[in-house]
Order: sequence, then structure tokens, then C-alpha cells
Amino acid sequence: MAIEALNVSKRFGDFVALDDVCIRVDDGSLTALLGPSGSGKSTLLRIVAGLETPDGGSVIIDERDLTSTPARNRGVGFVFQHYAPFKHMTVHGNIAFGMTVRKRPKEEIGARVEELLGLVRLDGLADRYPSQLSGGQLQRMALARALAVQPKVLLLDEPFGALDAQVRGELREWLRHLHEEIHVTTIFVTHDQEEAMEVAEQIVVMNKGRIEQAGTPHDLYESPRNEFVMSFIGPVNRLGDSFLRPHDIQILAESDGDGTEALIQRVVHLGFEVRVELTLPDGRDVWAQVTRETAEQLELKEGQILAVRLPPPRVFAT
Amino acid sequence: MSASRLAARIVALGYLALLLVAPVVMIFYRTFEHGLAPVWKAITEPNAIHAFWLSLEIVAIAVPLNTIFGVGMALLLERGRFKGKVLLGMLIDLPFAISPVVVGLALVLVYGKTGWFGNWLIGHGIQVIFSVPGMVIATAVVSLPFVARETTPVLRELGTDAEQAAATLGASGWQTFWRITLPAIRWGVVYGVVLTTARALGEFGAVSVVSGRIEGQTQTLPLYVQDQFENFNVTGTYTAAVVLALLALATLVLMNLLTRRTRRGTAV
Repeated sequence: MAIEALNVSKRFGDFVALDDVCIRVDDGSLTALLGPSGSGKSTLLRIVAGLETPDGGSVIIDERDLTSTPARNRGVGFVFQHYAPFKHMTVHGNIAFGMTVRKRPKEEIGARVEELLGLVRLDGLADRYPSQLSGGQLQRMALARALAVQPKVLLLDEPFGALDAQVRGELREWLRHLHEEIHVTTIFVTHDQEEAMEVAEQIVVMNKGRIEQAGTPHDLYESPRNEFVMSFIGPVNRLGDSFLRPHDIQILAESDGDGTEALIQRVVHLGFEVRVELTLPDGRDVWAQVTRETAEQLELKEGQILAVRLPPPRVFAT
Repeated sequence: MSASRLAARIVALGYLALLLVAPVVMIFYRTFEHGLAPVWKAITEPNAIHAFWLSLEIVAIAVPLNTIFGVGMALLLERGRFKGKVLLGMLIDLPFAISPVVVGLALVLVYGKTGWFGNWLIGHGIQVIFSVPGMVIATAVVSLPFVARETTPVLRELGTDAEQAAATLGASGWQTFWRITLPAIRWGVVYGVVLTTARALGEFGAVSVVSGRIEGQTQTLPLYVQDQFENFNVTGTYTAAVVLALLALATLVLMNLLTRRTRRGTAV
């Protein structure tokens, strides 16, 4: 089901959380709302779910205007940042909740819970209480609970924010697989550009209550519309008004005439990637990203002076 | 243990002993000083039995009323968005600030024969003052704040995430309250109920004013104790006092057992 937000605005006192925002999310897609904290991404998600009322604008899901429909009738599955488990219920009770309040027959509920436990890989944990689960398990329980009522759309608020790095990596991959399996239109909120690039098919970049740019990860990286998107998606060097990607800076074995000289200040080894901090003849600092092989071939060392070729810089109209 | 901590303990325990333990022990001692026979006689006195049941009756009406009101008020104060919330919060605490005697007098002014609704009520065959309805109202007023005050912080700490999750899963407001909110705040409510019950059982001032203290009719246990005391009936006084103390104790023990059992049942 496609999701649209049209001219949505929201204020909290003097703070403008959303300023006339329009987005469209296609049926069956996996979309990330990406932005720094305070950019309005969570507020937008909560407005789509009906947990927050917009001051203006409308929310349309599956061609129906649901702006004044309460959350419980929107057919939206929502996974909260801290999972919002029902602590006095078992995992089974949590997952079954949506069906229980709809008074579904017991056999049907039991079968569906079993199926979902398998889907989120919590088999055998039905009788545990939330306090007996790890963060990753709680996260998957919350997801199963949201999916139990077969929502038209699935919304996740910072789904991996509270997990440690390794679990986060596993869950990202798992979420992508899950989406391929069940194909429900999904939007998730994140402040981590790497996470957005890795998981989402579409990214909506938000800043200060506005949408800066929407597109595929590739589009956003290759043709950012403005300074904010350029510097939020991927690493960046700033030279006055222009921007360079660190991996576009070439370090040359010998000067070829149209390059420039640079002094190596520091060489940082990060595994496959090597980060070279350079000072240009005019005194400006940049850093270049090269592979481990290049660094070894050129025998890069601190204090060395060598030739570099800078890419044509990008300049954004302000 | 260091000397200063030991001293602090002695002071704390000594204070409790002087103010609480010694008087209560004295009452028990005095009650059973002359054996069980006079106690039995005092307990089976018709007016004593009547006072006992009347106290329980008033508690049985006032406590559930205040529980429903208190939980509703806590929800309103914590979850509601409206103007005058601060004022409402202060209003709930008013019964703590006003002397119970004043509460009783105020009720007489409103519901008494010369009061605002008094005549109208009496005309419809409902007597509030000098009768049980007035005593229930007086008891409810003085024990009003406990449930709301005990429940509000628990609601605040709970937050709204779980309730919102229930809403997105299709639960109505009513279903969310019974299945999510109430189970999560139940210990706060239980504690509030215990305090309300203890307060309601022991209420003297407000009930004294509105009841007219008619022997065998509008005398609760605390009023009966006072009455016996004024009539120099030492055994009657102490016996009724002991019954009152045991009732309060029973409430505390019962709630303690209840919370322990349910706590073991669910891993929260």
C-alpha cells in the first residue's frame, strides 16, 4: 500500500518539527527516513501511524485519507524505539495481543503466533517474559507483535538504535530479508547513513523539519542536491564553498603536470581502507581515502611530499 | 558498625518505640489485664457489634468509590491535556490540608436541614446528615487523595509507549486500560487502596460531625471508642481500640500477602 504525506506541518510550542512536508512511499517498498536528531523524522513517522496529530496537511494510505482516523483503525504496524513490550505478558501474550483484542478464535491465534515465532526466530521462547529476553530478541518480538495483525504498512522508529554493533549488523540484514519475504510497505527512521544505505531501497533525507532530498542510495550519493545531503551521506572534504569526496582524491606516484603537491600529515590504517591526512600548498587540510594496496605501493609515510590530483569540486547554490 | 550509625539506629528505634510501639502495647496490655471474660463481654455488647459492622459498611462503600475516582483522576492528570490541570491536582490534595472537623461542618452546611440541598433531599426521603450516607461522604472526602497520589507517579514512570503500542495493534481505549495500563500500575493502586482503607477505618473528626453520634445507629468504631472513654468504661474503650488496631493490621497483612502471591506468579 502506498503511503503519502501531503503538506504535513507540526509544531511543539515554538519548535517547528515539520514544515510543510510531502513524501510518497511506493507500495511494497523499503524506505528510510534519514536525518540528524531534531530533523522531524520520528514525528513524521508518528503522524503516519496516527500517534501524533499534524497541525496541517494529510496522511494518505492506500489512496484513502486517514488524517483523522485514530491509530487503532489505520492498519499500521509500529515498532517503537525501545520496543514498548507489555511487561506483564509472555512473548506469546505480546504477539497475540492484536488478535486477542480483535477476539479471534484461540486456535487461529495459537497457529499464527507459532508461525510468527518461527519468522522472527524466537521458537521455544513463547513462555518467557520480556524481562528475560535480550535487546535483539525484544526487537524481534516487537516486530512479530506488529506483524501479527497483518498491517498494511510497517513503521519502525530507530529499530536498531538501542542494540550493540554486532546485533545491529545481523538485524539489518535480517530485516532486508524479511522485507523480501513479506513485502509489506515499510518505513524506518534512522540517524545512521550507513544503516539507511545498507537496508533501504529509497532514502528520504530530512533536516530541520524539511525534506532535503529523496531517492535511491545511489542517486543520493552520486548526485546530492545540496551541501547538507552531500555531507550527511558519505564522507566529505570541504574546501571553501566546494566539496570533494575523499575517495575521489588521487594520490600519484609521480607528478603528471596537472596535479598539485601535498604534505602527508598522518596515515591511518582502518583495515582495507587507509585514511591519508594531507595539507595542500595553500595551507588547507583535506583527507584522502585509498586502499591498503595503494598505500603500500606508494609507501605512504608521514612528512612525505607527493603529487595529488583533485577531482572537479562540487559547488552548491545557496 | 560504626558508633555514629549505631547511635542513629538507637535514636530512630527509640523514637518509634516512644511514639508508636509503647502506646499500642499499653492498649493491648490494659485490654487483657483482667483476663478474657471482660473483653468478651465488651466485644459482644450490641452497640459495639453495631459500630463494628457500620465501620466495615462505610469502608466497603467509600473505598471502592475512591479507588475508581482516584485511578480516573490519576489518568486525567497524567495522560490528559487540558487547561487547569495544575489547579485540579491541587484540589485533590485539599482534603489533606483541611482539618476533618472542617470537612464535616462543610458537609453539614451543604447537606444539612438548612443547607443547599438538604431540604430538597429530605423532601425526597433521603437523609444525608445524621445518617449513613453523610458518614460515607465524609469518609470518602477525607480519604480521597490516596489512590490518585499513589497511582500518578507510577503512571508517569510507565510512560505512554505501551499504551500507544496497544492502540496501533487495534485496542480500544477501554481494552488498553484493562489489559495494559491497569496491570502495569496495579501495585500503586493497591498501595493507595491500603492507605485509603486504613484512613477510612480510623476517621473520627469529619464522621463525628456529620453522624450526630447516635448510639447504636450512627456510631462507627472510632466514635464508639470515644463514647466509651467519655463514659469511663475502660475495658470497653480498650477493647474497641484493639479491634480497630487489629482491623488495620489485617488490611496491611492481607495486602502484603496478596502482592507477594501475585508477584511470584508473574515475572515483572
